[in-house]
Amino acid sequence: MSPASASADKTERLLNLILALKSARRPVSKQKIRESLPAYAAATSDEAFDRMFERDKDELREMGIPITTTVLDVLFDDEVGYRIDASETTLPAISFEADEVAALALAARAWSTASISGAASAGLRKLRLSGVEIDESVAAGAEPRIRTKEPAFEAVHAAVSALQPITFDYRRNDGELTTRHVQPWALKNWHGRWYLTGFDVDRGDERAFRLSRFEGAVRRKGRPGSYAVPSDHVPEVALEAQLPEPEGTAVVRVRHGRGHTLRRYAQRTTEVDERWAEIEVPYRRGTTERDVVALGTHAVAVSPPELVDGVRSALRAVLDAQTVPAGQGGRPDDVQVRTGEHA
Amino acid sequence: MSATRRTAARRVPETATQRLGRLLDMVPWLLQHRGVSIAEAAQEFGVDEHQVVEDLELLFVCGTPGYGHAELIDAQWDSGHIYLDNADDIAAPMRLTRDEAVTLTAGLQALGSTLVGSDVAERTLEKIRAAAATTVGEPTGRIDLDLDDGSQHAAMATLKDAFARGRRVHLRYYVATRDESTERDVDIMRILNLDAQWYVEGYCHRAEDVRLFRLDRIEDASVLDLDGTPPADARPRDLDDVFVPGENDVTVVIEASRWAAWIADYYPNEGVERGPDGSLRVTLKVADPALVRRLVLRLGGEARVLEPPELVDAVALEARSALAAYGPNG
Repeated sequence: MSPASASADKTERLLNLILALKSARRPVSKQKIRESLPAYAAATSDEAFDRMFERDKDELREMGIPITTTVLDVLFDDEVGYRIDASETTLPAISFEADEVAALALAARAWSTASISGAASAGLRKLRLSGVEIDESVAAGAEPRIRTKEPAFEAVHAAVSALQPITFDYRRNDGELTTRHVQPWALKNWHGRWYLTGFDVDRGDERAFRLSRFEGAVRRKGRPGSYAVPSDHVPEVALEAQLPEPEGTAVVRVRHGRGHTLRRYAQRTTEVDERWAEIEVPYRRGTTERDVVALGTHAVAVSPPELVDGVRSALRAVLDAQTVPAGQGGRPDDVQVRTGEHA
Repeated sequence: MSATRRTAARRVPETATQRLGRLLDMVPWLLQHRGVSIAEAAQEFGVDEHQVVEDLELLFVCGTPGYGHAELIDAQWDSGHIYLDNADDIAAPMRLTRDEAVTLTAGLQALGSTLVGSDVAERTLEKIRAAAATTVGEPTGRIDLDLDDGSQHAAMATLKDAFARGRRVHLRYYVATRDESTERDVDIMRILNLDAQWYVEGYCHRAEDVRLFRLDRIEDASVLDLDGTPPADARPRDLDDVFVPGENDVTVVIEASRWAAWIADYYPNEGVERGPDGSLRVTLKVADPALVRRLVLRLGGEARVLEPPELVDAVALEARSALAAYGPNG
């Protein structure tokens, strides 16, 4: 049997199980289930049937369709009946206020550019089918969009959903490639970037991983649901490098109409002549140097001396890097050599 | 042989339960949309028409014990229009699945920070929790969105106000590639956040076309006493295409040391080759090479341009000229 048709058979069996239990007026005994569903009747032994039935029940529960048991015969309480309770599986009638509907539409629309947009719109479809009127074109003042362009997103999302341990190759900040074994806890989108938080098994501690640094395939290692997320877990990601504290004031000459990156921090601006202005900005070691260097000929550092030195040596370094003698860089064959070593 | 590392998104085959989930969604929808075309159903459920027919064929052989004509689900689609009958037991929509509850919950929580007001978000959240499957557990926490509400941008309040009242805005806008300020009148079409960046998209009367403006580059915004309805033929761009390289983009190759390797993470690129020492070569498509010149200067020697040669010369010239301002010994 091909995997595709085995999968179709299973879908058919599960759907028939749902229909059998939902249509029955009263709980159905296991024996009756086995006799009436062709797929179960075909089981070659009691054990094979039991295994199949238990697995099917687990999968339906995982889908949000719990099969409950009740005692069929009060005198012989080992005989139980199975049922699917409509109140547990059917969407209850809920009425939403206009502002709530708008919020829902906006929440769903935030996902419209993400790979799991289907889940959000399927949720809205169900609410609509139960009578909630949702106008997705509702004009919003400002709308966020979430994207999931990281290739690892879907595999990690599935692992977080199923609570299944994973193994993956991860590129550290310093470029080193490491293999990690992690129990996924949560996915966090922090200002447009996706992170996985979880328990790093090798390091014995909680860690956050940036999804854009995953390399290659995410491998599932271990059973779904084989660990629990700590109830007090709040997904946090280490903040990106923060701006260093200012150390006094820096003075920089900037061309008129230029240097927006520096000017927005300007505490004072003085006209020098028809070409230049002198601005005072908080001096943040490293950051201010880079802001000045990036402006090239449109900015000149004036003070403090360490800023002037920093800018000069950075400019010299750029010039050196960019004017390496021929043969020491920029040649395609150079790439090939490195590639060979790397692979 | 190429060391270019690209992780292709692989298409994972659908599982039996994923398909079952779609069937259980499809039945109530088809019952409420009798006679809908196969094409419309395919679009609604994000599958191709062939899959819709396969799904109908599967529904057609399912039913209640006995499995005779009276027990099986009846489905007809020969005419290209779908008619479903005898599926009363699964006619009502199911409770929200975990993924459905998690995505809506996370979205509401993120919006609630300030975008829609926390009381609205909290009320809606309660209802979504009530609508979720009883086995979902607490859907909060599995996905956490930390969105910024744009309030750090001085222009946000003005733009929202103009948009709500349908007024045109005047912007003083900084154009990074030319490092200069520009003045424009804009009819707002939408204000949106994408990849942690707030944008306003609208019809720019200076460019006479639809333009996307970054809020952090709006130096000043004011509401004009003019109607702000964009021209009827102005269309917002498809967000997936916003950052797709254009035909005239220049291919740039940059070599970066391990300390500047973050650029491969930060800028959308065409491919990365990594060296054993953590250095890398990254290929970018850029509309304006001036951006790369500024980036390489900013990296202060930790990166250099390899291609194109004109840009190599431009960066070197810029560094040499800038050094000249510090005296003959640079």
